[in-house]
Amino acid sequence: MSILVDSNSRVVCQGLTGRQGSFHTEQCLDYGTQIVAGVTPGRGGESHLGISVYDTVLEAVKETKANVSMSYVPARFAAAAILEAAEAGVELIVCITEGIPVLDMVRVKAELANYPCRLIGPNCPGVITPGEAKLGIMPGSIHQPGSIGIISRSGTLTYEAVFQTTSEGLGQTTCIGIGGDPIRGMSFIDALELFAADPETRGIILVGEIGGTDEEAAAEYIASHVKKPVVAYVAGVTAPPGKRMGHAGAIISGGKGTAEQKYLAFERAGVITVRSPAELGVTMTRALE
Amino acid sequence: MNLHEYQSKVLFSEYGIPVPQGFVAYSEQDARSAAARLGGEVWVVKAQVHAGGRGKAGGVRVARTIDEVGEYTKEMLGTFLVTHQSTENGLSVDCVYIEQGLAIDQEFYLGMLVDRLRERVMVMASVAGGVDIEEIAETSPEKILYGEVSSTGRLEEKEALSLAEGLGLQGSQRSEFINILTKLVKLFYECDASVVEINPLILTSSGHVLALDAKINVEDSALFRQTKLEALRDPNQEDEKERIAREHHLNYVSLEGNIACMVNGAGLAMATMDLIKLHGGEPANFLDVGGDATASRVTEALKIILANKNVEAILVNIFGGIVRCDLIAEGIIDAVREVKMRIPVIVRLEGTNVEKGRMLLANSGLDIIAADNLTDAACKAIASVGSANP
Repeated sequence: MSILVDSNSRVVCQGLTGRQGSFHTEQCLDYGTQIVAGVTPGRGGESHLGISVYDTVLEAVKETKANVSMSYVPARFAAAAILEAAEAGVELIVCITEGIPVLDMVRVKAELANYPCRLIGPNCPGVITPGEAKLGIMPGSIHQPGSIGIISRSGTLTYEAVFQTTSEGLGQTTCIGIGGDPIRGMSFIDALELFAADPETRGIILVGEIGGTDEEAAAEYIASHVKKPVVAYVAGVTAPPGKRMGHAGAIISGGKGTAEQKYLAFERAGVITVRSPAELGVTMTRALE
Repeated sequence: MNLHEYQSKVLFSEYGIPVPQGFVAYSEQDARSAAARLGGEVWVVKAQVHAGGRGKAGGVRVARTIDEVGEYTKEMLGTFLVTHQSTENGLSVDCVYIEQGLAIDQEFYLGMLVDRLRERVMVMASVAGGVDIEEIAETSPEKILYGEVSSTGRLEEKEALSLAEGLGLQGSQRSEFINILTKLVKLFYECDASVVEINPLILTSSGHVLALDAKINVEDSALFRQTKLEALRDPNQEDEKERIAREHHLNYVSLEGNIACMVNGAGLAMATMDLIKLHGGEPANFLDVGGDATASRVTEALKIILANKNVEAILVNIFGGIVRCDLIAEGIIDAVREVKMRIPVIVRLEGTNVEKGRMLLANSGLDIIAADNLTDAACKAIASVGSANP
């Protein structure tokens, strides 16, 4: 079993004909993902990478029964693209796009509450269920079907956790990059809830970073709802207060959301923490013994 | 991106938010004629830098004569103002703002920001204005009032009213405050601000409410649709290395240590810094070369790193995802040749085509130290600067 996506997911790619969309969709197709449609306004009727292109998500959904959207739409149009997908009735929207203005996301999040769909991202690597479906920009080759659920706010740091669990022979059920933006779709808690309920997932790796209080909230949730072992790492112990470290989300303000506070919250909740990102895999192996 | 006080006040005026009269001045002569034009008997000379805490640092001075206006301007221009919010080198004072002095009855705080927890824009107001609001938030949080702006950018009338009441404002002052607040919300949304702050918002002795200070931060991600504001950027207020990095689409932050890092991805870059520290070293910078680390970007990144004279070793940590490791290795080799590297370079590569990449580095004839994994990379970097903990 897995969560969110599998070999039955029927994917529509928004922004298919763009440079990013083309490049990454090709990789996703190679991985075996069922990509059934593409959307680029004004390009309806064309075929791209052997995929039928539609003008709107609604048409694509009607024609192909697509139920998941993967979006590479450029930042200035990305918010509208998310809402278009929600309105067309997809169950899950995976938004890879980086640099969406935060006030756009404030509006999108409020409107999404009216639709029965989930959003992953934006500004994220995407989601992958190894051996079944890859929706996003992660390198497929480092993954291996297995028993660990991975949730992370950072892209390349997710790959680090994946690589280590593959090396340890544990493999992954599903890996979700929830993204680094301050206002985003799925939270750590949303993902934890799904992994906790998934019988195949034996352990969960959570990779957090400075800024915000999502890790603190996740710690509280784990203490009362998650029985499986959780190994957590928080990036940014050495980040100077008030400095911006790339992700809009990675801002410490007024002493809140520091790495130390997040570690403390995890440790209080009985989560196994590692201070070195190189020890995620081995620590999980030990926790499962 | 930060705006200067004088730029923010022009914007305030455009939106109908009342501010004291003032003029920007780039020389003593400018300042004197600005004061003469303003008239009156009291002027305030304010250093224009991108940092708060100017008052305590001597960057805001009250002048009683036009000669004093000239004198204070001369003293400030060309200096570097160090405040508790600036770096230790301070920020260059290239211009001052000459403003009419007003008799103040009361000082308030008014701020707006995007609250990630509530996923809304929040208004914060306090009777404890004119001082460090962060300190108030910590010591007497009950003195800060909050109001929530709707997701589409509207502040309910009753929210505005309750904030005005909370500040103890009556009659016409109350309506002046609500007017300011309404226009500030409009400005925040239309300008894609991430922070707007008025500290202090004042009640003058003649009974009017106006913005004595103005801080606006425009969200970087929205600059593509804020070209008018982008044109107000003052590169002299930004760290030079960070500015050059931004121009090359690199993300760079200077730190105090001697081991430089070059990493792909912000999270992994922070993690690499943490790892250096964990094993007893000190990172010299944060540098994210981004997802598509091309040879030219790697070269620019190395140049920026080497401009920092404290750097004694460089740790390159790349997890090649979609980008192939052999291409990255070629980039590193070209860059190391071009910049004529004289300090140790430790490289950890992982991901697609890693064997090919490692082979290229090993056969390059360059003095590049290969690392097998994350921990090995950090330890080798620390050992190379001779400050490893046992």
